[in-house]
Order: sequence, then structure tokens, then C-alpha cells
Amino acid sequence: MNTAATTNNVATERSAKRSRASTQPGAEAVRVKGRLRANKWLLLRRISQFGILALFLVGPWFGWWIVKGNLSSSLTLGVLPLTDPYLLLQSFSAGQLPYQEALLGGGIVLAFYLLFGGRLFCSWVCPVNLVTDAAAWLRRRLNIKGGKTPSAYTRYWLLAFTLGASALTGSLAWEWVNPVSMLHRGLIFGFGLAWGVVLAVFLYDLLFASRGWCGHVCPVGAFYGLLGSGALIRVTADKRRACDDCMDCFNVCPEPQVIRPALKAVGQDHPLILDKDCTSCGRCIDVCGKDVFRLTTRFDRSES
Amino acid sequence: MSSQNTVTPSDKALQARRRFLREMAGAAGGACMLALGVGMVGREASAKPAMAIRPPGALAEPDFLSACVRCGLCVRDCPYDTLKLSELGDNVAVGTPYFTARDIPCEMCEDIPCVKACPTGALDRELTDIGEARMGLAVLIDHETCLNFLGLRCDVCYRVCPVIDQAITLELVHNPRSDRHAMLLPTVHSDACTGCGKCEKSCVLPESAIRVLPHKLAQGQSAEHYRKGWAEKEKAGGSLIGEQEQLPMRGLEDREYGDTRVTPDYQPAKPGGLDSGWKP
Repeated sequence: MNTAATTNNVATERSAKRSRASTQPGAEAVRVKGRLRANKWLLLRRISQFGILALFLVGPWFGWWIVKGNLSSSLTLGVLPLTDPYLLLQSFSAGQLPYQEALLGGGIVLAFYLLFGGRLFCSWVCPVNLVTDAAAWLRRRLNIKGGKTPSAYTRYWLLAFTLGASALTGSLAWEWVNPVSMLHRGLIFGFGLAWGVVLAVFLYDLLFASRGWCGHVCPVGAFYGLLGSGALIRVTADKRRACDDCMDCFNVCPEPQVIRPALKAVGQDHPLILDKDCTSCGRCIDVCGKDVFRLTTRFDRSES
Repeated sequence: MSSQNTVTPSDKALQARRRFLREMAGAAGGACMLALGVGMVGREASAKPAMAIRPPGALAEPDFLSACVRCGLCVRDCPYDTLKLSELGDNVAVGTPYFTARDIPCEMCEDIPCVKACPTGALDRELTDIGEARMGLAVLIDHETCLNFLGLRCDVCYRVCPVIDQAITLELVHNPRSDRHAMLLPTVHSDACTGCGKCEKSCVLPESAIRVLPHKLAQGQSAEHYRKGWAEKEKAGGSLIGEQEQLPMRGLEDREYGDTRVTPDYQPAKPGGLDSGWKP
């Protein structure tokens, strides 16, 4: 009876530890590496996200017009045009050929993400990432489980359907509801009811689908994912032999399915995460107490 | 029985295929529903309300909606803060630029900075003369409260019009109320009105009697086959059916054709009472 109680205790302790680990991944990393290094990429990412937002906002707020416009299309310092290529694609589908400025701007953005990694947009630029990261954090904190997460293929279908709908309706179909552009435009030009759309995304991720929006629905992310499928910057699990299966990386990763092939050598030999869904957010690098991961290029297949 | 329990590789592949197909069908169905919903929202929202007027050079509404990327560069380069990007709930296609003339009208800048700023061509750069802009059409919509229609001299809309005497003229009409004054009726001419909205902005009434409306709302359309006789006559340099026969009018030989003046000995009928004395 005594032994039974002890094993029971141990079991509850273990499960408690596991649930704590899943609600607060990275606790070990904080202990080993210190709070700053255990949040290095997260901090850099937030600086990038807020920095880009600030560049757009200092114009309307203080009259320093470094960047005009929004993520859909912008003009930096009066010379550099940048345009969202997915928007241009919708415009093409709807039967428009935009002016050279928009095409040039789209080309620059296209080239950047082709080269460096499409979903860098998702984790380092997109304002909705802040919303869905918050939802994911709260979901872990409140230990909300379950829900119905749609298939990860939904986003690709939706990407195709939005282009089809653009062609059919002759308008930029996804822009009627796109939370990405709505949030960014709202922050810069003022919100109407768009708060509701953003809130809906937050609640959807929090209550219905873990990492549901960015990882399964958003066609913008799907587009950038396809764009960056051959891109340079990749995460590698080169010290995967040090992995102690704490699952912290799986818990924080917005696209956890991309880790397994590299970390556990399932379906591939090298430790490089080549999946196009990987957003290169670097959160796995942060939370790993064993320093398994690091950022590298797609040509670096070394293992240590 | 044992053969039932062993899973052969082909079975596994079959199961995986089934799972894949099921997942794909679910994803496609979900995405289709979402896209359909989006399409319906779009269709509803693409009806532009009358108060929202597009910037100068805007393509026709359907083309505009496919070319405008909702970046707001036109809004930023407008020196008068005329333009706004519509927000969700504004009833205008979300994120697209428009202005409300009664709030801030278009000042008709000669260099048209909003058109220059547009990177996609949703605002057409073919428009280089702001006088050619057709943002909407002013309509004197209320004849009952317009002060000039009451016989007073307001004329404010006429005087603020940047295309004065072309887009808005004052038409002299007899005032039947006083029987001795003229009414000067503000009259809009669609061939010159740019739809800038300065008339609507400056109307002195609490609710403007003159308003800028989208052309679709403000204008009718002549049928294809319709010809104006006088226009055709002018074009042909004379009547198309030749000189008209002048028929003799018995008892009226000393008059011109169409002269309806009464003869001096004409006695109008006496005002009738209950018994007017009239007999057949």
C-alpha cells in the first residue's frame, strides 16, 4: 500500500512536471542559459515586428515620413517601392496589370523572400503573429486542450480558392476579410470593426484550434511558405544527439510537424529543417536547454 | 485470422491514402466554404454608398476594386486630408480610398498628387488635367429647401464652384410667386462638373440641397436608338424631312403658321356659376 502510494505520488509529480513543462516550455533553458539568452530570438523578433510597425507609424504620428503606406504597398524614403506579391497575384487574377511601381515593389519583396525564406514574413514582419503568439501563450498558460484544428492543407486550398474567387468576382477577394492587412491598415489608418476580425483570430487560436490561424488557415502564410520553399535561411538541429526529449521545442513551435524529420531523422538523414512551413522564428533555439538548434543556411548539413 | 491481423505494406499505404484523401476533402470543403463566405461579403460590400466618392482618376468601380491594393498612399499624399481609407463597417469596400464631400471636398490640385501616388493604376495617370476628373456628379437634389428655388439670392454653390459658369450656371426663371422677380436656379452641367464636392460642402443649409453622387446614381442613360430631332437637324445642316407644307387655315389667312393670338373681337367665356347660361 505504501509503495503504491509512492508510485502514485511519483506519477502525479511526473505528470505535474510534464504539464508544467508544457505550459511553460523553456524553463530549463532559462536556468541553463539565463533569461536573456533563452529569449534571444524572441526578443529580436519582437524588435523586428515592432520596429517595422514603428517605421510605418512615425509618419502619421510625428510627421517623419520614412515609410508611407502599409504592408500591402509602401514607399520608403520616397524611392523604394514595396508591394505584397500575393496582392498582386490577386490583382492579376482579377484581370488587372498594375503600374511598374507596384510590379517593381512586388518583385523586390518576392526576391527577398525567395532568397531568405518565405515565412520570415510570418514570424518577423506580420502583425497577426503578435496576436496568434499571444493566443498560443495564453492557451499554454491556461492549459486549454482540444478543439478542432483544421487540416494544414486548408491554407493551400484557400490560397487557390482566393485566387479563383478574385478571377470570378473581379476584385481582390481575400482583401475583403484578410486579418493581416486589416490589422496593419487599422493600426496605421484607424480601425473600424476590424478589431472584431482580429479578436476572432485570437479567440479562434485560443479556444478552437491550437495555432489554427497561421498554421492551417491563413493563405498569406501559405503563399509565403510556397515562395520560400527553396530559401537560404534554415534552422538546423545539428546537436540533436544532445536532445533529451523534453518536448519544449515541440510545445513552442508554431509548426511542430517540421521538427521531427530533422530532430529524429524521420524520412531524412541530415539535421536541417527544410520544411517550407518552418517560419524560422528561432523559438526552438531559445527554449532548448541543450542548444540543439541553431540558425544556418540550407547548405549546412553538418552535425556535431 | 492471423492474415486479418497482419497489416501488409499495401494496406498501410491504402490507409495513408485514405487518410490523405479524407484530410484533403475536409480542407478543400472548409476552404471552399470560407471563400464562398468571403465572396458573399465582397458582393454585398462592393455596392458603393452614395456619400462615398472615389478620388480623381479612379477607374470604374469594378476595375477599381481589382486594381486598388488598399495601401493608402493616395491618402497620405493628399495635402488636404480629403481622402480616407474605408474601415470595416463603413459600407465602402474595406480599405479603399474615398471622400465625403460634405466633410472635406476635393480641392482639385493641379498636379493631382493622389493620382501620382497610386502605385497600381487604380487611379489612372492618364488623368493629367484635374478639370477632366469625374469623381461624381453634383445634383441639386432638393428643390424645396434650396434658397435660390425659394426666389432668394444664395448662389453659394455657384460661387464656390471651381468650374464656375460651366459646371454650375444660374438659370433665370420667372418667379410665379411674386410675379415680378426672377429665380436664379443653380443648374449643374455634367460635361463640366468634376464632382469635387465644394458646392455640397459650402451649401448653407443644415443638410446640403446640392450633393455629389456617383454617376450611376446621378445620371440616367439615353436609349441607344434615341435621337434628338434638333440635334440631328443641326448635324445634317437642315431638316431631314425637307420643308414642311404650310396648310391654309381658313379664317386665319393673315397670320403666320403657329400664331395663336386671339382675334380682337374675341370674348372670353364668362365665368360660370351654378347656372352659366351655356347652351349647346
